[in-house]
Amino acid sequence: MLTTIFGRLSLESFPIHEPIVLGTFIGVAILGVALLGAVTYFRLWGYLWSEWFTSVDHKKIGIMYMILGIVMLLRGFADALMMRLQQAIAFGGSDGYLNAHHYDQIFSAHGTIMIFFVAIPLVVGIINYVMPLQIGARDVAFPFLNNLSFWLTVAGAALVMVSLFVGEFSRAGWLNYVPVANLQNSPDTGPDYYLWALQIAGIGTLLSGINMVVTLLKMRAPGMSMMKMPVFCWTALCSNVLVIAIFPVLTAAFAMLMLDRYVGTDFFTNDLGGNPMMYWNLVWIWGHPEVYVLVLPVFGIFSEITSTFSGKPLFGYSSMVYATVVITILSFLVWLHHFFTMGSGASVNSFFGIATMVISIPTGAKIFNWLFTMYRGRIRFELPMMWVVAFLLTFTVGGMTGVLLAVPPADFVLHNSLFLVAHFHNVIIGGVVFGLFAGMTYWFPKAFGFRLDPFWGKVSFWGWVIGYWVAWTPIYVVGLMGTTRRVRHFDDPSLQIWFVIALIGAAIILVGILAFIIQIAVSIKNREALRDTTGDPWDARTLEWSISSPPPAYNFAFTPIVHTLDTWHDMKERGAKTPASGYRAIHMPRNTGAGVILSGLALALGFAMVWYIWWLAAVSAVGLFVVAIGHTFNYNRDYHIPADEVAAGEAARLAVEG
Amino acid sequence: MRDHTPFVRTAGLAAVALSLAGCGHAVLDPAGDVALQQRDIIFISTGLMLLIIVPVMILIVLFAWRYRKGNDAATYDPHFEHSTSLELVIWSAPLAIIIALGALTWSSTHLLDPFRPLDRVSAGKPVDHAQKPLHIQVVALDWKWLFIYPEQGIATVNELALPVDRQVRFDITSSNMMNSFYAPTLAGMVYAMPGMQSTLHAVLNKPGTYEGMSANYSGAGFSDMRFKLRGLSDKDFEAWVARVKTSNRTLAAADYLKLEKPSEKVAPIGFTSVQADLFDRVVNRCVAPDTPCMRDIMAHDRMAEGQSPHAMPPMLPMPAAGHDTPPPPGGKPKGALFKNKDEIAPQPNIDKPRGPAPGKTDPDSPRNRDMSLLLPAAPARG
Repeated sequence: MLTTIFGRLSLESFPIHEPIVLGTFIGVAILGVALLGAVTYFRLWGYLWSEWFTSVDHKKIGIMYMILGIVMLLRGFADALMMRLQQAIAFGGSDGYLNAHHYDQIFSAHGTIMIFFVAIPLVVGIINYVMPLQIGARDVAFPFLNNLSFWLTVAGAALVMVSLFVGEFSRAGWLNYVPVANLQNSPDTGPDYYLWALQIAGIGTLLSGINMVVTLLKMRAPGMSMMKMPVFCWTALCSNVLVIAIFPVLTAAFAMLMLDRYVGTDFFTNDLGGNPMMYWNLVWIWGHPEVYVLVLPVFGIFSEITSTFSGKPLFGYSSMVYATVVITILSFLVWLHHFFTMGSGASVNSFFGIATMVISIPTGAKIFNWLFTMYRGRIRFELPMMWVVAFLLTFTVGGMTGVLLAVPPADFVLHNSLFLVAHFHNVIIGGVVFGLFAGMTYWFPKAFGFRLDPFWGKVSFWGWVIGYWVAWTPIYVVGLMGTTRRVRHFDDPSLQIWFVIALIGAAIILVGILAFIIQIAVSIKNREALRDTTGDPWDARTLEWSISSPPPAYNFAFTPIVHTLDTWHDMKERGAKTPASGYRAIHMPRNTGAGVILSGLALALGFAMVWYIWWLAAVSAVGLFVVAIGHTFNYNRDYHIPADEVAAGEAARLAVEG
Repeated sequence: MRDHTPFVRTAGLAAVALSLAGCGHAVLDPAGDVALQQRDIIFISTGLMLLIIVPVMILIVLFAWRYRKGNDAATYDPHFEHSTSLELVIWSAPLAIIIALGALTWSSTHLLDPFRPLDRVSAGKPVDHAQKPLHIQVVALDWKWLFIYPEQGIATVNELALPVDRQVRFDITSSNMMNSFYAPTLAGMVYAMPGMQSTLHAVLNKPGTYEGMSANYSGAGFSDMRFKLRGLSDKDFEAWVARVKTSNRTLAAADYLKLEKPSEKVAPIGFTSVQADLFDRVVNRCVAPDTPCMRDIMAHDRMAEGQSPHAMPPMLPMPAAGHDTPPPPGGKPKGALFKNKDEIAPQPNIDKPRGPAPGKTDPDSPRNRDMSLLLPAAPARG
């Protein structure tokens, strides 16, 4: 009877005997109750629901993506600190403070969270916010789909978080590798949590990718040909084309593993014709282009910032665009370098190794382009530009170690070593994370109408930059000594000092993260002093800076007409003025709760399937179909902002700007 | 402020340089010729890349400093955005490096292909072709290494002894998990995979005791899946073989099936004799009695439907049951959706202590493969 109602969920499934998890749970519960209590006390539920949760405004969805990414960054970083602490103390006879099952969950969750629920939401969030403004669009092509994408990502993240307190997460690495994740080796809930969380979030990411590509192709302002798009839009386009191409592969690979686990098929089993190597191929056919999904938009961010703060157009715009497109295409030809040591043979390995190196040519060209954008500029070293210089110096080293790993004979001794781990943290922290912080600092005044506090921003910057080098240089070193990854304790005591240094580095990064949060709090407190009334606090060059900060719901009262690259800079030079009359009513999409409801049902479906609660799974699956179809009959989808209201809003804006 | 960043970088490089000089460690100071050549590739490639990385990093710092806003002495050209000659340089300079590196990659990947027999045992000392390479079969078990020496007729667990300056050919497979056979001082790693056989040729040049490990995460006991690699002179190697032969343990199929069960931190074990076709049966996943070998199933499948596309005769008589043979014992759990209500047991949290491992009382229980069990570190003795 109990198994009919609760499946395999029982009181035993809760990790109440595990003090670390229990303490975390109590902390999270207290914070959660306090947060919910505060929202109730200040009567914010109605406001949050109608203005944010159900919003189809790309700007609000973008901000919600950023909040999700930052919250999950705290979780992922907590995992990182626990791993660093474990590796710093588990030497010789000491087993450290984490047993194998706990440690294995932590490194799996760390990778999964950092890529799928930190990097992707932050990148998607910035694209969501900035890209429609840069192309002079009213919103994205499919506003409701955008809301649904966001909430599906939240549902996936929620399922990962639930696994911390109910049952356990996967112990099969961040890509849930078979054979570890096969049903016979991991009959527990871990891989199921992983699969359902990522399937749900993956559908969200795919829908978002389609949305962004259509927006970029169909909704550019008149006059903005492809070669007049800001570079950030180009990189967003390439990144989202990649999303569309690769996420179905991941979904298919996970679906086959789900079939193995739920239906008993033999796609990736050891016996009966199953082949685990096929899983590795499929996940890396997704996995390598995924690197570029994340890093290309960040290259775009760096391009915008370098050009703005050097007071010059980007050097070699078209070569930058070609480089981006070349990287996009080449990223499909390199996945095998993730397992040179699987025995493909010398010619196959050489092909994939050389293809990987070839990617460094357009990437190198990009570095030179940023370099020559600075050349003969007037560089203002505000925070975003400091991030750019830190990125250039850090990322170059990561690129070099990456090319080194692409040489198969070198990879045979460095593969699966901590050198490899240091390499990808070098490019992800030094590239993606630095870029995201640069982007957040750069566009924050646009989103909220006031700048971020520069002092705490600099503390955060130095925390990250120094912390990165202190944390990861020793990991490079131990990697060169032949130390491999995912190891819970070491025998050789001479290595300990390196891991202690790495732990100190992680603590310095923690300072950077805390300073970032303080920075936001301080900036909100001092928002009047940091207020941006011009809409263009950095003297920037692209269209998003031509409107007020924060922009009105409809973005542009008049659709801008584009004649050149760096349109806003051109308009400023020519002294162009926005007309102050002649407004028309603006057609807008209406908010809808369907995205929240669908994602809630998806979350219930995932949870039910993880715990074998078949009745709940059936109910939520039927619910998903009913709500999805029901939503198509909702004809109350749009409204008009009357011309008077637009006129009043624009008049208020012009009055502030003077 | 910005000029501090290069300082941090320099400090980082200095730390690397110090470690290279200070510590004699496996990857950078190996005892095997293959690993030595792989290390040289690392050095050459890094040097080639530094040719472009160093100037770029200097230019970054230089431009950032020179064109800062406060410096009115520097030229400001707000329209400098294109230069065909510069573009040519910035595309062709990386291209030139990559061409050189690509050539190095192509040749070294082929020369150091683990499938390829060696040309030399060390610099200036070619392989003696009269002498056959020493053949060792490696099986990654959960979570220990089994080394079979077919010519000597012995086997060991977690201890690998090699005569120095003699080419060795490893055939590598795994019983269940995907592992990676890695002795950093000897040669690069090669994956050990269930149902697959991979190969590595290597040679050890210096006598001594070294570390080997699994380099690919394979579950709960992975961190302790280490083995001792001993480099011995020919005479010592003979003595070592003789010593293993005195151990009085044999490794037949039944012993292997016991050994195969998950265990951690296993102390070295020696076996006097080994069933001749054991490795072959491990690769073909038919060590357990009455299990059809993969090779035979595949041959049978090719012959199915009456005709073989290549008219290939089956290599061995097909086991009677063929397609309908039940799956290997304990190897195939039911898919969750097909479980009856009474088969869905409440799932306790994995860290929860659960009493003695069922493996002792019920050797065939599928839970013995359950990674979520914390097994006591009792090695299975043959």
